[in-house]
Order: sequence, then C-alpha cells, then structure tokens
Amino acid sequence: MTTLASEPIAGRRPLAARDAISRWLDREAVFSWLMMALPLAFLFALVGYPLADGIFLSLENRPVAQAGTFVGLGNFIEDARDPVFWQVAANTVIYTTVATVLKMVGGLALALVINQQFRMKNLVRAALLLPFIVPTVLSTVAWMWILDPAFSPVNWALVHTGIANPGPSWLGNPILAMCSLIAINTWRGLPFYGITLLAGLQTIPAELNEAAMIDGAGNWTRFWYVTLPLLKPVILIVTVFSVIFTFADFQLVYVLTHGGPANATQLFATYAFDIAMNGGQLGRGASVALAMVPILALSIIGLTIYMRSRD
Amino acid sequence: MTRVPRWRTRLLQLWLPLGFFLLTGLAPFYWMLITSLKPNAELYNRRIMPLVVYHPTLKHYVDLLTETSFLTWTWNTTLVAVTSTAISLVLGIMLAYPLARMRFAGAGLIAATVAATYLVPQPLLFIPLADIINRLGLYDTLTAVILTYPTMLVPFCAWLLIGYFKTVPRELEEAARIDGANRFQTMTRVVLPLCIPGFISAGIFAFTLSQNEFLYALIFLTKTDVRTVPVGAIAELIRGDVFYWGQLMAAALLGSLPVAFLYSFFVEHYVAGLTAGSVKG
Repeated sequence: MTTLASEPIAGRRPLAARDAISRWLDREAVFSWLMMALPLAFLFALVGYPLADGIFLSLENRPVAQAGTFVGLGNFIEDARDPVFWQVAANTVIYTTVATVLKMVGGLALALVINQQFRMKNLVRAALLLPFIVPTVLSTVAWMWILDPAFSPVNWALVHTGIANPGPSWLGNPILAMCSLIAINTWRGLPFYGITLLAGLQTIPAELNEAAMIDGAGNWTRFWYVTLPLLKPVILIVTVFSVIFTFADFQLVYVLTHGGPANATQLFATYAFDIAMNGGQLGRGASVALAMVPILALSIIGLTIYMRSRD
Repeated sequence: MTRVPRWRTRLLQLWLPLGFFLLTGLAPFYWMLITSLKPNAELYNRRIMPLVVYHPTLKHYVDLLTETSFLTWTWNTTLVAVTSTAISLVLGIMLAYPLARMRFAGAGLIAATVAATYLVPQPLLFIPLADIINRLGLYDTLTAVILTYPTMLVPFCAWLLIGYFKTVPRELEEAARIDGANRFQTMTRVVLPLCIPGFISAGIFAFTLSQNEFLYALIFLTKTDVRTVPVGAIAELIRGDVFYWGQLMAAALLGSLPVAFLYSFFVEHYVAGLTAGSVKG
C-alpha cells in the first residue's frame, strides 16, 4: 500500500516542478524579458557602450594605439578655439537647412504629381525611387564625372550654347562645391520625401476634399486648408529623420570633395573622421562628433515645437 | 466646370512636372551607362558631343572583372548584407514581439530606447567602435562589419515589426492559448506566420541599407580581399589623381544591380518598409 501510494507522488513531483517552470516561463513579463535579453544585450554592447566610450574618449588626449590621458574639457576648448570647427558648424547648418527645405518642397510636389491617375503609375513610381535605392557612393561617383572640370557634360552644354566659356569648376569653387553637394543630396533624398508623403496623402479620405470642393474651395485652398494640415504629422516625422541623417552626412562629402576646397564643404562627420582617422587623435575626433548632439537635439526639439504650435 | 481645356491642365499638372522629375532622377544613371561603354579615346575627347556613344565597347567591364578584385568585393558585399540582414531580422523579431503584444513593466521605456537608438547617427559611433573593433582584433575581417551593421538595422527592423505585430488580432492568440499553446508556441505557430510580409519589408530594407553602408566598411576594411564594392571602388579605382572613369562607372552600374534587381521584384514591400512608422505610427 505504501509503495503504491508513494509511487504516483514521486512521479508527480518532477511533473509539478516542470509545470511550475513552464507556468513561470508563460508569465508575460518573464517571457518578454527572456525574448528581449539577447537583442538588448547586443544593442547595449555595440550602441550604448560605444556612446559612453565616446564621451570618455572626448575627455582624453588619446593618440591611436596608445593609452589616453585625461584632459577634462580640453578637447572641447580646443574645438572652440579652432576656426575650422566653427566653419564646419556653419557649413553643416547651411547644408542641412537648404537641402531639407529643397527636399521637403520638391518631395511634396512629387507626391502631389504622382497622386494623380495616370497609366503605368507603378512603373513610374519605381523608377523615381531609384536614386534613393542605389548605394550612395556609387551614384556619387557618377555625379563626380558629371561635375568633372574637363569632361563635364553640363559644362559642354554651357560652352556650346555660349552661356559660359570656360565652364565653371563645380567642385573647385567653395560656393559652387557646396551648391553641388546640396543638389546631389536633394537628388538622392527627394524620392524618400515623395514616396512617404504620397503614402500620407493616400490616407486622407477623399470625402474631405469633395466636401471642400462642394463648398467652393479651389485647388490651392484645398491644398492649404485640407491637405497640408492633415499631412503635418507625416511631414514632421519625415523631416526629423531627414534632418538627422543630413546633418550627420558623411559618404557624399567624403567621396565628392573630401571637405574641400579649403574646408568649404567640411561637415561634422568628415571633420571628425579627418581628425580621428587621418590625424590619429581619437579624443579630439570624438569631441567634434559629440558637438553634433546639442545642435541636433535643439533643431529637433525646435522643429517639433514649431509644428505643434501651428496646429 | 472650368473653361481651361482638360489636356492643358493634364500637361501642366501632370506630364511636365513628371517629365522633369523622371529626367533629373534618371539622367545620372544614363550618364553612368554611356560612360561605362565608351572607349577611352572617346571618353577623353572634349570636342565630340558627350551624350551619345559612337563606338560602344565592353572593354571597361572586362578590365574591371579581370584586372581588379571587383568579383571578390561583390561576394563580400553580398555575404555581409545577407548575414547582417538575417541577424538583424532575428534580433528585431525578438525585440519587437514582446513590445508589440505583451504587457509588462518597462515596455514603454524600452520602446522609446529602441526608437532613440534608431536615430543615433553613425558618425557618433564610429570612433569608439573603431577602438572596440581594434581591441577585439577584428580589423580587416568581415566579422567587423557583420557585427556593426546590425547596430543600425536591429532598431529599424524592430520598429517596423512592432507595427506589423500589432495588426494581428488578439482573438487569434487567445484561441491558441485556450487550446493549450504556451506563449512561445503561440508566437511561432500563430502570430509569426501571419507577419511574413513584414519580414520581407524589413529584410529588403535592411539589405539595401547594408549594401549602401560606407563609413564602417571604410574604416574596418583596409585590405583588398575583404573590401566591399563601395569601398573597393573608391579606394582602388581612384589612385591619387588618376581616375579610371570607365571602370568606375562599370563598377557603379554593376554594384547597383543587385539592389535594383531585388527592388524591382519587391517594390511594394520596399515602400511599405520606407513608410513604416511615419504613416502608420
């Protein structure tokens, strides 16, 4: 009797323990944290830790492959006394502002144009997105050849129509070089605005426009008082994205001008790269990269408040 | 309603601006193509009209494939893009699923952190990352970029997938739970199979981003046989002041093909990835 009675109990015990474990694993919080543990550990190791490490580096005098010495805010003071640093700040702000405005206005126009009905719409939309799809470095190489001082097709056209002879040196003149960079950044980023705003346009119910039309609103009035206000949340998000990635742009400048002529197109990212990778001063480079943060944060907060206040 | 003829409105509001956008958007690709097909004699002759090819040749393509390591670079680029996309998708799912479908303390904070991580620009990370990769002894290995690309791809995939996971009705999950499925089974057998379009969108987008990446590859990969296409083209087809224009253009065109090809099959998924978060969220 005792053996009979003890057997099922002995058999039930591990079962009960397993039950308890699987019930514990089935709790929402336990399951969630177990699932997220690996990706969170990864992001902590390769985003969180480097961010903190970057702040430490910026407080050190740290040549490549040597131990650093703590210098406090020395690197930032050096930045503030460096005239190139201030030129870089001005360049980056101009580059970001002009390119963002151009992309926004152009992208909105593009979205309104392809929101109409026409044949082969999908094909046209796919073709228009190409500049955004193709790896930036590779399309920039094509632009480099388009703007080549001797063999530019643009200059060929200018010379042969008699507008200018010789044609301008697109990347050799400080102002033209900046204009060229802005134009190419716009060329590449405009489809992103266009397609995203188009998706936003398509969520606006047709009845709203019809109602406004019945009330006698013209095209322009409808755009200004119906479409634009409803599109505002999408515009805000797209702009924040674009401002961040334009502000931190590296590839285009590195390939096209290397920051030249005479730092006229140097941006924060390329300047930090020059100091850290070519000059070997990791600490100073980190301080230049970190200098992006306050300006970036301010512009994003400002933009958000501005867009909210006009609701 | 109006007196303006319909064709004129169509012309002004549709065909003219559309033509302008198409022309400016695609002209550089045309220029890439014809430059890659021109013999050098034509390429460097300033007197002839530059917009057409008189004697097309494939010489630059042959040179690119035989005299440079372009094929190795293409293989490296593809390997890196596929691996880092796969890693990012798996980690992205693990991160997004609980955030989208579970209730637990701290979920809001984690979701906000993921969004913020997505907005951290690369130039803020590359100097410390270079230091870390150096200490790990991973310089000049593909592992260096396979490890670092997911730092931008995981937050993106997670963000996109949170939106996708939220669209699956709770009732389906509850039905599976009543039938005795545990949380893990509910996820793998009920919710995930319904979200495959989301995985394709995230995958395509992550793959394109990996193909486009330049900064990390430039810093971590300094030897020919580990380079990716963008870095190889810039570092080895431009030597000092000497530009191999024909080969550069051939490389640019061939290097763009994998993305363009993939994209042409999955445009809708790509657009879904592109607009995720800005329109839905």
